[in-house]
Amino acid sequence: MAEIEATTGGTLALALPFIAAALAPLLKRIFGSAAAWILALAPAAAFVILAGFLPTVAHGGVVSFGYDWIPAFDVRFSFRIDGLASTFALLITGIGTLIVLYSGGYLKGHRDQGRFFSFILMFMGSMLGLVLADDLMTLFVYWELTSITSFLLIGFDHERERARRGAIQALAITGGGGLALLAGFIVIRELAGLNSMSDILAAGDALRASPAYVTILILVLCGAFTKSAQMPFHVWLPNAMEAPTPVSAYLHSATMVKAGVYLLLRMQPALGGTELWTTVLPLFGAVTLVMGALLAVRATDIKITLAYTTVSSLGLLVMLIGVGTEGALIGAVLYLIAHSLFKGGLFMVAGSVDHGAHTREIERLGGLARPMPITFAAALLCALSMGGISPFVGFLAKEEIYHALEQGDAWHVFLIGAAILGNALMFAAAFIVALKPFLGRLPETIHHPHEGGVTIWFGPLILGVLSLLGALFFETYHALLSGPMASAAIGAPVRIDISWVPHLNLAFALSLATIALGICIYLASSRLRTATAATLERIGWGPDVGFDQAMRGLLHVSVFVTRRLQSGRLDYYMTVTVMAITAALFVPMILTGTLPAEPQMPDLRFYEWIVILLILVGIVAVVIAKNRLTAIVSLGIQGFGTALIFMLLGAPDLSFTQFMVETLSVVILALVMTRLKLSPADHRPWREKLPDALLAAGGGAGFGVFLLAIAQRPFDPVLSDFFERYSYAIAHGHNIVNVIIVDFRGVDTMGEIAVVMTTGLAILALIRIRVGRKGTAEPDPTETTP
Amino acid sequence: MRTVIFRFTAPYLTALMVLFSIFVLLRGHNDPGGGFIGGLIAASALAIYGIACGVGPVRRALYFHPMAISAAGLVAAVVAGIFSVFAGTGFMTGLWVFPTLFGTEVALSTPMLFDIGVYLVVVGGISSIALALEERESD
Repeated sequence: MAEIEATTGGTLALALPFIAAALAPLLKRIFGSAAAWILALAPAAAFVILAGFLPTVAHGGVVSFGYDWIPAFDVRFSFRIDGLASTFALLITGIGTLIVLYSGGYLKGHRDQGRFFSFILMFMGSMLGLVLADDLMTLFVYWELTSITSFLLIGFDHERERARRGAIQALAITGGGGLALLAGFIVIRELAGLNSMSDILAAGDALRASPAYVTILILVLCGAFTKSAQMPFHVWLPNAMEAPTPVSAYLHSATMVKAGVYLLLRMQPALGGTELWTTVLPLFGAVTLVMGALLAVRATDIKITLAYTTVSSLGLLVMLIGVGTEGALIGAVLYLIAHSLFKGGLFMVAGSVDHGAHTREIERLGGLARPMPITFAAALLCALSMGGISPFVGFLAKEEIYHALEQGDAWHVFLIGAAILGNALMFAAAFIVALKPFLGRLPETIHHPHEGGVTIWFGPLILGVLSLLGALFFETYHALLSGPMASAAIGAPVRIDISWVPHLNLAFALSLATIALGICIYLASSRLRTATAATLERIGWGPDVGFDQAMRGLLHVSVFVTRRLQSGRLDYYMTVTVMAITAALFVPMILTGTLPAEPQMPDLRFYEWIVILLILVGIVAVVIAKNRLTAIVSLGIQGFGTALIFMLLGAPDLSFTQFMVETLSVVILALVMTRLKLSPADHRPWREKLPDALLAAGGGAGFGVFLLAIAQRPFDPVLSDFFERYSYAIAHGHNIVNVIIVDFRGVDTMGEIAVVMTTGLAILALIRIRVGRKGTAEPDPTETTP
Repeated sequence: MRTVIFRFTAPYLTALMVLFSIFVLLRGHNDPGGGFIGGLIAASALAIYGIACGVGPVRRALYFHPMAISAAGLVAAVVAGIFSVFAGTGFMTGLWVFPTLFGTEVALSTPMLFDIGVYLVVVGGISSIALALEERESD
């Protein structure tokens, strides 16, 4: 393969899925579900481009490229392809290609297939960006994009309530973790001064030695554990099964849930190896591993079974990364690749079974081997890999894992026990999914089971065959995929030489024990299922219920706060606002002792006195007016008086505007007054009016004192000199006020006119609500008082 | 409010005020005036017309929904800013041309387009509120 220029090639690979996503609905409209063949070209092309970097990457090289994004904050839009990123990217684009084809067949004839293609390709692009990102902020952006796009995918059947709940749950949990991760990244940037993964990896012990290490670790783990579904954050994963099967096959094999594992592997050389790391990770991992596998055997829906085995596998990976020895990390890497292949395949098999037999309930499936032979073959291949049978890639992984954990101390015995139990349970789960639906008698409830089209069986079969080929040609496999990946995760070059030929050693013995235990569990699976189901029912509470309780609690709190703040009574709002403004004006002046000195009596001309008298008359008229309308008009007198003063002091622009604003506000206030069902006059006794009067006087006095204080400060002429000098010279305008508005401070003005328009829209909507109430008896939110 | 004299004079008054508002808008760069004040004048002109002759005729005379006018203004203002980006200078840097039309040198500029945008936003925003409020008088 010709050498591809890194920047062009990398950027193209990153952009391709998004371009395809934009075109997807159009292509779907033109070609129907056959559009899948065209759309699959995008990830396939990205795969080829990324594979072109393999020769560099396999020899420990790093391909990096990027653009400046926010130079002022040292934020770049930059990417880095090393062994870890490369293998991940190949899995994402490779399996992604198969998934796009598979969804072409699986969702054939679905009304929103175009939208589905769009979503899944967007997700693919986000995931690809996530694993290739170098700059921390770039990584975070892609991280959040995967959360958002997976929300769209899980909630694809948005008309079903369970799908919506699953989507919201996934978004809340992974999005929440994402925020923790952002905080972690900010701490890394600000306290350690490291902006990108390259920096972090180059800095060696810098993060471990940093006083903020514990904070950083906890925040990063929050992000990784939520995304990679560690107990107790795992609940979103089984609930995400509400999504169409291609989504599960993609998100829960090679992508979404692996993002957390990716992050841990990526940061392992910089964060790992401490006592905290080697305790917390294996503990969470082991619990997740065993609990996930138990729940997997309990489930009756084969898709849910697979979902829980995914939780379990993620637990195993986190546990191994936590152990952090060279062997454990190699095991983790081998298992990660193997899992992406066989789990993607098995999920697609589950979809094919659903597609062919119209049910996924294990008790109602059987005898599908004859009508669906290719699917059965694919299922067997994947399950053999998942069960860790030689010669499949799953076998390589399991050997390496046992080999890494076989040390005598109690901690490792505990971990190896968890690994054996978990693996045995997963072994059983694998064959529950791959054998039970296909063997035995065909139940009468299944009518005309059939094999799907080529796109349906193609994906799982390819993944199953790859699981076999990877182990058979283990040298190439280690050289191109697992070796570079493990080296990047360890932080030093390593050689992997595990082969599919079993050697008689302790690891192999443990492997045999696992298989034996797995067969026992498989045979007893029905009894185990009832037992675990009964136990869980007795407990009656789980993180899933807890999630609902937390959400309900959140709603209660916000309802409480809203009720308190939004009483819906205008007079209450006005009182609070004016009180707050008065306090904001007076309190700082009193605290800092900057109350203005008593002003001197200014020397005024007689016509200036007349204007002031006019203003006073206006104010008195407002106060004593019997009729509200009179009061409003009198308010106008005061405003016009002020405008006259502006005019006399030589500010024609200001005066002009003041005149217009005053006119319009009187007109609009009068219009509003006539619309409100108020009595024309205020009939409250003076006792009730007094607090309002005091408040008004307080507010007025506050502004008065504040303006006096400002006027008494020495005048700083920097700005006015600047504007005077440059207004005509560079902005071609003699009217400085206007030049400031439209030129020097144009961006401010743009914001202001946007506000004017938005306010107009909001007021229009408010008026409409009240009109609507007359006609259709809609509830009026402004009148609901607690 | 609807006296014969008022109803008779309102259209003329409105026409004069709108004309004046455009005058104020255009002279704004060198003399007191500008888009904001111009917009307020035009808005009050329309308010007068509405009070005198009812909302229907105003809406017909405006042809576009006031909110659409407002939105068009915002777009014009943003476009005025973006022009400069394409010219290679920073966002919202003023650009000027002085073509000669009919023997007179005319100053055209992005700040002027921006000011027209401000004018339209203010006219549209305020009169949509005023018209909506007046409308309820008639139902």
